[in-house]
Amino acid sequence: MSGRAFVFGDDIDTDVLAPGRYMKGPIEELAQHCLEAVDPDFAKTVRAGDVVVAGRNFGMGSSREQAAQALKVLGIAAVVAKSFGGIFYRNALNLGLPVLVCAQTDSIKAGDRLRIDLAGGTVTNESSGQTLPSEKLPQFLLDMLADGGLVPHLEKKFARQKTG
Amino acid sequence: MGMTLAERIIARAAGRGSVSPGEIVTCSVDLAMIHDSGGPRRVEPILKRLGVGVWNPEKVVLITDHYVPATDDESRRIQQITRQFAADRQIANFYDQQGICHVVLPERGHVRPGMFMVGGDSHSPTGGAFAAYMFGIGATEMAGVLATGEIWIRVPETIRIEWTGRLNRGVSAKDMMLHLCARLGMDGGRYQAVEYAGEAVRALPMQERMTLSNMAAELGAQAGLIEADETTAAYLSAAGASVEGLEDWRSDAGSRVSDHHVFDASALAPQVAAPHSPANAAPVEEHAGTPVDVVYIGACTGAKLDDLRMAAQVLRGRKAAKSVELVCAPASLRDQEIARSEGTLGAILDAGARLLPNACGICAGYGDNRFGENVVAISSTARNFKGRMGAASSKVYLGSPYTTAASAIEGRIADPRPYLQGGRT
Repeated sequence: MSGRAFVFGDDIDTDVLAPGRYMKGPIEELAQHCLEAVDPDFAKTVRAGDVVVAGRNFGMGSSREQAAQALKVLGIAAVVAKSFGGIFYRNALNLGLPVLVCAQTDSIKAGDRLRIDLAGGTVTNESSGQTLPSEKLPQFLLDMLADGGLVPHLEKKFARQKTG
Repeated sequence: MGMTLAERIIARAAGRGSVSPGEIVTCSVDLAMIHDSGGPRRVEPILKRLGVGVWNPEKVVLITDHYVPATDDESRRIQQITRQFAADRQIANFYDQQGICHVVLPERGHVRPGMFMVGGDSHSPTGGAFAAYMFGIGATEMAGVLATGEIWIRVPETIRIEWTGRLNRGVSAKDMMLHLCARLGMDGGRYQAVEYAGEAVRALPMQERMTLSNMAAELGAQAGLIEADETTAAYLSAAGASVEGLEDWRSDAGSRVSDHHVFDASALAPQVAAPHSPANAAPVEEHAGTPVDVVYIGACTGAKLDDLRMAAQVLRGRKAAKSVELVCAPASLRDQEIARSEGTLGAILDAGARLLPNACGICAGYGDNRFGENVVAISSTARNFKGRMGAASSKVYLGSPYTTAASAIEGRIADPRPYLQGGRT
């Protein structure tokens, strides 16, 4: 399965991903304003399975996990960036949103079709034919992602403890 | 080879003799701080789903500061959920509308050297000013901590930032941090541990050190540590916290750091960061003369008692320009009361300031106090991302409490140094 690339620059901050004024309301409403300061049509045009591509320090700023959750609600399959804000990175994984550190995001153009191989740590650009290496996640994080994030992961763990 | 302060704390929390950068370890959490935005309303549904309680209510501190004051039904509902959580989950350390979490937490004696702590807010590195390892996490991860008392961490490299010499009059910790943002970039900290050192850091009072540690977040670091010393001890004693074993929480001589940056504090001028990033910082003269509509003295890095004192030094006996709206939100109620009793608050109010509640206020951009369309502001806060503090068309400059106060008087961005008489401040 592959998705279309939506390409952004460096230092996309959490106020752009999850504007403070919408933090009170439901996540579905906030998600409609995700990234609107840099791409007013983002929430309207993005489809399930699409991929967000960015430069350095994606998700810098606040600890608000709605920044990652909004992308997840919009159906984003993964975020591929040169680097991430540390808290955003952990939040995304905890919410079950795959994030990949990839040095070569400059070669990806808006609309390119990308296929993500999490276990292998690669991003394949089907439009250009390139396969871009990315940092492989440690196994315990791959396991957590496979479970759907931290909460289902803990549910499984607690269930095992009860039966074990 | 010895350990850095960060490694020493993490090794202790992981129950290990030593740790090395890059290793992934699981740590026991000594204290978890949560606030009204990322706290109860987000974590309670997860705890319910997991069917578990808080692992140790005594190790949790709950503070309301983001939706304070509650101005509509939704924020009132959030505050109600927060208070209900404190009661249901038996969180005795609950500070309701007492000020901003990063200031209230140490003020009430909850931070001690050597502790391993998490906070549900990105400016949680503030705790590092007390030689504690403290970092920000999101709500789901916080729920995991509350359920288990544990968290994984990749042992960070230590980036030492040494400030030699002494700051000149009218130059503060905020100027140091804005300069670092410009020089190292918003990701210069690479999610590693920054350790601030040097004569200029040792000379800073505790609340100024908190500004350095807090804004490690703006450098993209996970934590911002400062070794404990007699200044730390004096603050902790006054806050009613134990100072036992304080001297243990230092970096060993010869411990390995990945970078060692050296800056000369005596050469630093007041800094102003242009919209829309703290990394757009430059000496104040570069932006001096830019007209401003609003001057905001607020937030955890800009309205603590020491910050209010800086602003008052400039404002005392003077008035804000008629063209300017001067707004002040003291960072904690306790700081505000001290400022009131000593005349600091009076000097700010007499200059024409409007007082806002002791909360995150305009800095968080959550409430009704926001900058309107096309407003130009200078703010003593930590972040000026586009649209954060109001309309996307508003433009926010960042400066120290000195610089924001001087800008209030002139109605345009101004160098505070001509307003300060006498010796070092």
